[in-house]
Amino acid sequence: MSRKTFTLFDPELVKPAIVESFKKLSPHIQWRNPVMFVVYVGSILTTILWLQSMRGQGEAPSGFILGIAVWLWFTVIFANFAEALAEGRSKAQAASLRGLKKETWAKKLHEPTSKASWHSVPAIDLRKGDVVIVDAGEFIPADGDVIEGVASVDESAITGESAPVIRESGGDFSAVTGGTRVLSDWIVMRVSANPGETFVDRMIAMVENAKRQKTPNEIALTILLVALTIVFLGVTVTLLPYSLFSVSVSGNGTAVNMTTLIALLVCLIPTTIAGLLSAIGVAGMSRMMQANVIATSGRAVEAAGDVDVLLLDKTGTITLGNRQAAAFIPAKGVTEATLADAAQLSSLADETPEGRSIVVLAKQKFNIRERDIQGLGAVFVHFSAHTRMSGVDLEDRQIRKGAADSIRKHVESLGGAFPKQLDQVVDDVARRGSTPLLVSDGITVLGVVELKDIVKGGIKERFAELRRMGIKTIMVTGDNRLTAAAIAAEAGVDDFLAEATPEAKLALIRQHQSEGRLVAMTGDGTNDAPALAQADVAVAMNSGTQAAKEAGNMVDLDSNPTKLIEIVETGKQMLMTRGSLTTFSIANDVAKYFAIIPAAFVSTYPQLSALNVMHLASPASAILSAVIFNALIIIFLIPLALKGVPYRPLGAAILLRRNLAIYGLGGVIVPFIGIKFIDMILSVARVV
Amino acid sequence: MTNHAWILLGVYFLTLLLLSKPLGLYIAQVMEGRLKYGGVIENTLYRFCGIKKDEEMGWLNFTLALLFFNLLGVIAVYLLQRLQISLPLNPQRFANVSPDSSFNTAISFVTNTNWQGYSGESTMSYLTQMLGLAVQNFFSAATGIVVVIALIRGFVRHTASTIGNVWVDLTRVTLYILLPLSLVFSVFLVSQGVIQNFVANKDIQTLEVTKYDNPKLDASGQPIKDAKGNPVTEPAMTQTQTLPMGPVASQEAIKMLGTNGGGFFNANSAHPYENPTPLTNFFQMLSIFLIPGALCITFGRMVGDPRQGWTIYAAMSLLFLAFAIGAMTFEQQGNPLLASLGTDQSVTAMQAGGNMEGKETRFGIADSGLFATITTLASCGAVNAMHDSFTPLGGMIPLASMQLGEVVFGGVGSGLYGMLVFAILAVFIAGLMIGRTPEYLGKKIESFEMKMTSIAILVTPLLVLIGTAIAVMTEAGRAGIANPGAHGFSEILYALTSVANNNGSAFAGLSANTPFYNVLLAIGMWFGRFGVIVPVLAIAGALAAKKRISVTSGTMSTHGPLFVTLLIGEVILVGLLNYVPALALGPVVEHLVLWTGH
Amino acid sequence: MKTILRPAITLFLLLSVLTGMVYPLAVTVIAQIFFPSAANGSLLEKDGKVVGSALIGQNFSGSQYFWGRPSATAPYPNNGVASGGSNMGPLNPALAEAVKARINALREADPANAQPVPIDLVTSSASGLDPEISPAAAEYQIKRVAKARNLNYEQLHQLVIKHTDSRLFGFLGEARVNVLALNLDLDAELK
Repeated sequence: MSRKTFTLFDPELVKPAIVESFKKLSPHIQWRNPVMFVVYVGSILTTILWLQSMRGQGEAPSGFILGIAVWLWFTVIFANFAEALAEGRSKAQAASLRGLKKETWAKKLHEPTSKASWHSVPAIDLRKGDVVIVDAGEFIPADGDVIEGVASVDESAITGESAPVIRESGGDFSAVTGGTRVLSDWIVMRVSANPGETFVDRMIAMVENAKRQKTPNEIALTILLVALTIVFLGVTVTLLPYSLFSVSVSGNGTAVNMTTLIALLVCLIPTTIAGLLSAIGVAGMSRMMQANVIATSGRAVEAAGDVDVLLLDKTGTITLGNRQAAAFIPAKGVTEATLADAAQLSSLADETPEGRSIVVLAKQKFNIRERDIQGLGAVFVHFSAHTRMSGVDLEDRQIRKGAADSIRKHVESLGGAFPKQLDQVVDDVARRGSTPLLVSDGITVLGVVELKDIVKGGIKERFAELRRMGIKTIMVTGDNRLTAAAIAAEAGVDDFLAEATPEAKLALIRQHQSEGRLVAMTGDGTNDAPALAQADVAVAMNSGTQAAKEAGNMVDLDSNPTKLIEIVETGKQMLMTRGSLTTFSIANDVAKYFAIIPAAFVSTYPQLSALNVMHLASPASAILSAVIFNALIIIFLIPLALKGVPYRPLGAAILLRRNLAIYGLGGVIVPFIGIKFIDMILSVARVV
Repeated sequence: MTNHAWILLGVYFLTLLLLSKPLGLYIAQVMEGRLKYGGVIENTLYRFCGIKKDEEMGWLNFTLALLFFNLLGVIAVYLLQRLQISLPLNPQRFANVSPDSSFNTAISFVTNTNWQGYSGESTMSYLTQMLGLAVQNFFSAATGIVVVIALIRGFVRHTASTIGNVWVDLTRVTLYILLPLSLVFSVFLVSQGVIQNFVANKDIQTLEVTKYDNPKLDASGQPIKDAKGNPVTEPAMTQTQTLPMGPVASQEAIKMLGTNGGGFFNANSAHPYENPTPLTNFFQMLSIFLIPGALCITFGRMVGDPRQGWTIYAAMSLLFLAFAIGAMTFEQQGNPLLASLGTDQSVTAMQAGGNMEGKETRFGIADSGLFATITTLASCGAVNAMHDSFTPLGGMIPLASMQLGEVVFGGVGSGLYGMLVFAILAVFIAGLMIGRTPEYLGKKIESFEMKMTSIAILVTPLLVLIGTAIAVMTEAGRAGIANPGAHGFSEILYALTSVANNNGSAFAGLSANTPFYNVLLAIGMWFGRFGVIVPVLAIAGALAAKKRISVTSGTMSTHGPLFVTLLIGEVILVGLLNYVPALALGPVVEHLVLWTGH
Repeated sequence: MKTILRPAITLFLLLSVLTGMVYPLAVTVIAQIFFPSAANGSLLEKDGKVVGSALIGQNFSGSQYFWGRPSATAPYPNNGVASGGSNMGPLNPALAEAVKARINALREADPANAQPVPIDLVTSSASGLDPEISPAAAEYQIKRVAKARNLNYEQLHQLVIKHTDSRLFGFLGEARVNVLALNLDLDAELK
């Protein structure tokens, strides 16, 4: 599962991006970004002015006009480059995702019956209608329907239920999902979707090829940027008459020339953010892909930033997917050690995580060593969908472990009785948020093994973080209220939905939405589909059903439900980067005015040199420095645009204060330093 | 700044603060229809007019109705001027006003600009003044308040299709807010010496004979000029002074309270019959900010979160204080060119000192500087000193005050809706900066709102900049300039800034009562007013239709110091940035020339 | 549109009558009953004849009278029906010239006085009808008037103080002397 990761300016990406940034100079591409189109037109105009000056009819020294023209072209190209680089990374990532697909093998049957012979084929070669057999311990290679057999299947990664489910032919429980695992018995299934044509495959293809749609906030921002551009166009265009008038009343100097006006215009309009805007969008999607999440639209990524409520499945997200033995609670008259010994014996050959955890606990508590079952002559009884118990037959002992109901049935069938006192224990264990597993020896029920849901390490801190971000977390579980409450408290979620049915989930989402909140959830089962469709941000697990994936607006290839948190952060980052760069861009104008205004009018009003607070060497170098700064800042900010403004889960006020200080105040100060620095270099190099 | 200037500023601001809350809450009560009395008059009016008061309007109908109501105003004011010689209450027998001037004045008063191309005491009959101009003082003020209330309703309501009934709103504002306040204020003004009568002007014999040079006029009434272009004069003398009369106080009150600013007389609030004492001056200043300040509180009250209103109030206050201190300081510095001639411009117990050209003795520097700041920050435009004669930076304060977009207290209603548009913009950028789709008061700010916000913010600077460009490029435009050098540019820039922002004050040297300026400025006023009102109402409609989003700790708070800072920054950056080059070629250069020598 | 037309026109007319006729008439009635002098122009009388308004400045140029603020009204100063200022900008050479001319006039009328001239005495007022001057401007002229009227300085000084209004509450407006009232008093008391 190795993936290629790219450094920011990976030569492998930079080279094609450079080529691409020149290709993007075509007018119909430039036209799509109105702000940069203005720069583009400015570049063309100054180039014409330069050509004119070469013929001795210039409005200014041709070296100066050339300098401005060249740097205006650079401004356009730098913006193209940012976009091309982002797109390149995105494509490279999509390509590497294709190579990531899990290589599993399937036993393809020659006839649609378990009696038929089979041969091994790669899962991706399976086609709709193929029939395969899946034995215990194997992954189900594709979505399909069971046509023969009954098996317990671990769908915990999908449904969130830690207990295995029974899948059998016919009826409601015949659908199986690719990526889930058969735990016991076997099934014969008919494949219902071509692996190469799954939802995810189509998604990747879309990301690679399709033109990116602008997100709602991006559209709103573009409107603002265009408005600013129009205003500044007004500002600069009217400067010519103002200047002509000033020359006539003062009788000094010459009117401001076209080149200077174009330079001023380009410096004033928000080129920094406009040049990087689409790169930010592409990079956001690409950061998602890096996290193995494919979003159907940028809109969804953006919406993730606005999420107020997070619905999280308990199993696999909040707790580890599998439960672990935490205590032995013996029945009256049985010692704990006896119970532990029996439980350990019954679990020695049990390869399930629960089974293994019993062995571990027995060792920890009573130092009961692992024994060689074969050596003892024991026969291991596998978990079967029919008995719903597992255990061991050892000489005359019949040790079984299973759910309360199964064990009750088992001992009663042997003529024994289920001790009343254990009913109370079973209830208590459930109330603690754990699952009771009963152990019997023959007709005697020895006691209860408490299987505990283990809350994931660090999850509590994550939820605290989310709370600080203003996001409410709600745990969704099929467990009863008592169990759910206990786990919710331990994990530190804000609320929980117990005994969750698909209807209850849907109702919960609708209720929050009607109160004006944005809801995000993860889901995978077909029964999640309505809720996924209703949620504003819906992340479907790749291991989930087709229906779930179609209903969601993102797919997590890792099927890791915790990833929702990262998705939220990426969404926020994308908006923050846009907002911060917009602020920076506007704040920059202050310094640019101080550079260009005195330079443009000093010939008319020499007193205006008092405004040359940066003490720039000459009017020409002042204007050129501002233009160069304006172009270079795009390059300098590409890493920020691609990586995004770092997000920390702080309250809105702190975040705003911090970003305002960095990008607002910084945006005012930085260009003063930058322009002065460039001016110094220019004058040392005697360029102008 | 002198000590008494500081005290004046402090007392003024505190008084304003004290009055804002009760009036603001009262306005909320009126506009939410919670008022207990007055129902009889109101309902009778509605019956006469066929208004169903519970029938609300969508934003488009609301806008159309409001536009039509204002259009009626234009027609009425135009006709009154054009027909005044045939109408009663014209004791001076003033002739009908010229078509272009009538058009300009009609637009001017309907748009709450109250730019005056004419000289009141020698142009307008009493009937025109009170039934045309003063009525529009009420209506244009009411229009502003009605619009901002509609916008507030946009925030308050959710998933609603209507924003109120424009007729009911107009009636309530006029009956319960503007009329009572005006009545009280005008009686106070009369008690201080503001005239209120319907008699003809009075001729009196002065103590001394005044000798003067009278410009010779040709047969068509135009001044005759000599070869050098100077007017030819002949010596003349007079011992008669004509004292102007008229119903001034009633018009003066609404002129200030409605941030209209169109004076009964040419000298406006500098005229002793309009503003006779420092006390009337204080209350005139107070009455300008009174309703705009109170509306912030109304806003907080109506959206159910007083802090929101106080936040806007705080942002406005800080900007106001900074600008006021600037104006008072710069004017006190005086004019170095006059100092060298042997004048005394220092502050002493015996005189105000400073730049006294174009100022009244009773107001001196402090009261004039403060008045100038208030009248231009609010889109009032009344003046108690001649801004044209201010020091360059002292004159730049009123200019920049208007260029902020008349959002610092601003016009009645228009100031708050203008500021709320800036708040929407601030929220948009800041919302992005914290990584959320921007929202304000529970309403998402999306592309439609941004489109309308952009138009509202864009329209005024473009009108100012392009209008100024047209004026300096044309012969007709340049002909109006009174002062040489960069100041001539400042005069034109000021005129366009003033009209497009619906202020109405002037660098009055500019001879603007020409067909060119009357038309150009009328266009500026009309679009400066309704080019903002229409998008604002569209925003109101769009917001009202939206769902309300719940507030979480991830929501950016729109109250408190941080938002105040943000709002101020936004207003200055977006508002003023457009004017930097123009200001550099006007007042800034004048200042540098004045203080660094030629 | 029909639903808009009728309410718009009728409401416009009714509210116009209310705000444009009923309201100003009501104010006039109250004003004429309670403040008749103020409402009619604060007129000053001398020997039963109206000689001016306490609020409207008159032009004085004789040595025996205190001079008021220069007035930029056209065609003659202190024209009651043409209020307004000079509107000259601070850099306007005409402003400096005008001020220079006014200083010269003052110096000519009182060659003995070489003090700097209080600024309000040589700059035109905003209204052109400013009835008042600063106490400094009055003080500046006392010697000249005293000489012209053969009075002593102290008598005049007391009269000026009598006509000096100080700043209201210590911070509103400026200290000032009403020129017409002072000159009328001068004629009446100190002949």
